[in-house]
Amino acid sequence: MITLNSLSMYGLVTVLLFSQCFLITTASCETAEEKGLAIALEADRRDDGFGDYTADMTMTLKNRHGKESKRLIRSKTLEVPGDGDKSLSIFDTPPDVKGTAFLSFSHKIGDDEQWLYLPALKRVKRINSRNKSGSFMGSEFAYEDIASQETEKFTYKHLREEEYQGQLCFVGESYPVDTKNSGYTKRISWVDKAEYRLQKVEFYDRKNSLLKTLTVNGYRQYLDKYWRPESMNMVNHQTGKSTTLVWDNYLFRTGLTDNDFNSTSLKRVR
Amino acid sequence: MIPAVWSCLVLTLLLLPSHAAGFEARGDLSAQGFLFLKNGAWPHQENQFASLAGNLQLHHEATNTFQFTLDAFYRIDSEDRERTHGDLRLAEILYFTDNWEITLGLGRVFWGATEFVHLVDIINQTDQVEAPDGEEKLGQPMVHLTVPGDWGVFEAFLLPWFREQTFPGEKGRFRTPLPVDTDQTLYESGAEEHHTDLAIRYSTILGDVADFGIYYFNGTARDPVLLFSQENPISPVLFPFYEQIGQIGLDLQMVAGEWLFKAEAYYRSGQSRSYGATTFGFEYTLVGIADTMMDLGLIGEYVYDDRDDGWLPTIYENDLMAGLRLAINDMDDSNILLGVIRDIPSGSTTIAVEASRRIGESVRLNLDASFFINMDSQDPAFSFARDDFIKLEILYYW
Repeated sequence: MITLNSLSMYGLVTVLLFSQCFLITTASCETAEEKGLAIALEADRRDDGFGDYTADMTMTLKNRHGKESKRLIRSKTLEVPGDGDKSLSIFDTPPDVKGTAFLSFSHKIGDDEQWLYLPALKRVKRINSRNKSGSFMGSEFAYEDIASQETEKFTYKHLREEEYQGQLCFVGESYPVDTKNSGYTKRISWVDKAEYRLQKVEFYDRKNSLLKTLTVNGYRQYLDKYWRPESMNMVNHQTGKSTTLVWDNYLFRTGLTDNDFNSTSLKRVR
Repeated sequence: MIPAVWSCLVLTLLLLPSHAAGFEARGDLSAQGFLFLKNGAWPHQENQFASLAGNLQLHHEATNTFQFTLDAFYRIDSEDRERTHGDLRLAEILYFTDNWEITLGLGRVFWGATEFVHLVDIINQTDQVEAPDGEEKLGQPMVHLTVPGDWGVFEAFLLPWFREQTFPGEKGRFRTPLPVDTDQTLYESGAEEHHTDLAIRYSTILGDVADFGIYYFNGTARDPVLLFSQENPISPVLFPFYEQIGQIGLDLQMVAGEWLFKAEAYYRSGQSRSYGATTFGFEYTLVGIADTMMDLGLIGEYVYDDRDDGWLPTIYENDLMAGLRLAINDMDDSNILLGVIRDIPSGSTTIAVEASRRIGESVRLNLDASFFINMDSQDPAFSFARDDFIKLEILYYW
């Protein structure tokens, strides 16, 4: 689920498309839409091949009066060649939801598949992924924010290049393909030119007013290739509430397989 | 059987290094009050019940592929002796490989899809005295083999010992006009509670949109027929009679656009005549209602039981259910569920409200209420017609 930054694999067709764009880029005659897509695909390509990873996450919810509430979540992510990632999030706290697990299969084309495991009832419930604009466990992150950000799920438009916190960044807009169910009309993203890492995102609601801002901090590189952030902060400008995610213990290529992401493994989650 | 399994599991636990990082102990303590708004319809029924309950959960991961889990429960009730009871909800050893897994001991298995009525859930017996809605289950002794594959999941169950349903005592509410005496329980099988029940199940994901399961169960029916006993002519009682049945069941959860469709059905043979029952419905969620973080789920379901000709009457024989589920999506995980169940032929109506929120990090407050309106005297649920209640529960998790 910590996939805002882990843009994943794409098919051969898009590889070819990308290389053409790249050629055109050098010829500097591509449109803003082509350049926006090319940047997204390049970010995706750079994260290609991570295989799988696990991480521990602390989610801190804060209301406008500064009251805080923490959730500890363990996550596992598996790269699926030719399709979106599979991910599993397991809640360790608060204690009344301990052992609750969220399983997601993201798909490049069509709706994602999602299930919730309720340990008290030993029940696996399928949930409807079109409810993507809904809040994830009471946080400022919507389901669509924590879902795997497949390039196919957006259209893009490059705006400009500008410096953000000392790094030269591509600034571009992306528009959800599923306009009916997304809570956003557009997102404006800052991606650094050096390593194609997401630095900041502004989310615009259905009335096209600024709803939330996400900032991403403390990138570290794993396996000499894959960048992962230490923290993310999502601020809701309309309610004054915010949610911070802090990650620990990233482990790559732990040997996860499809068997770790099915209803059988979900029922033995602890 | 239970003492044998129990000592075996305890021994296993003691033999394992308990200092290991894989050991975890936790649980909860709760206080609960039931206030019934009317005097009971049947003699000796009380109006107010207070109770305390505790859960102890131990989990030990001995190796990466070998785990032990214990979940022990006990409740002390101020009025109903039958409700003062305990159970080992779980006491199981799990061993798993990449290709199969096996659990041994007292386990819990849920089958089903719908929200209001759980028709096809059959492995575990209902702890009826613990929760009138039938959502609480007793630990079932089992050997449970699971083989997952690309083609779906195959499961086989060997259930060597039967657990009897619990019933409220004479002072309890939600009971039959005569109390049920479980000392007089009868079985169709000569092996009585030692009859070995068997079940197999296949479940799979269909077309990236649906979860489908089908099973066959052969053994002792979990729901007894209640018979009249005049063993003591001064205080007649009912007693449970458990028959041998064969049952095929299906369950389906399916996404279609913004809708979620759910269905369950079973066909049972072995009782005086074969019959079928089904329940199905939908859930539709309005996300972020009124420009807030709140989600409102709309639930509509229907249940039909082919025993509606009066033979072996059931509560849910031709009923329509509607529900509203409001998730506030706040820090305290507050939510409210409103449900209405209406028996179509008689018009008997049940209204249920369940509200819940967290207080701080480790306390949860639950408020439940049920009201019975226009109850028809021919409806089996008429026994509960005067059992309108408000229940308040506070749980502390440690």
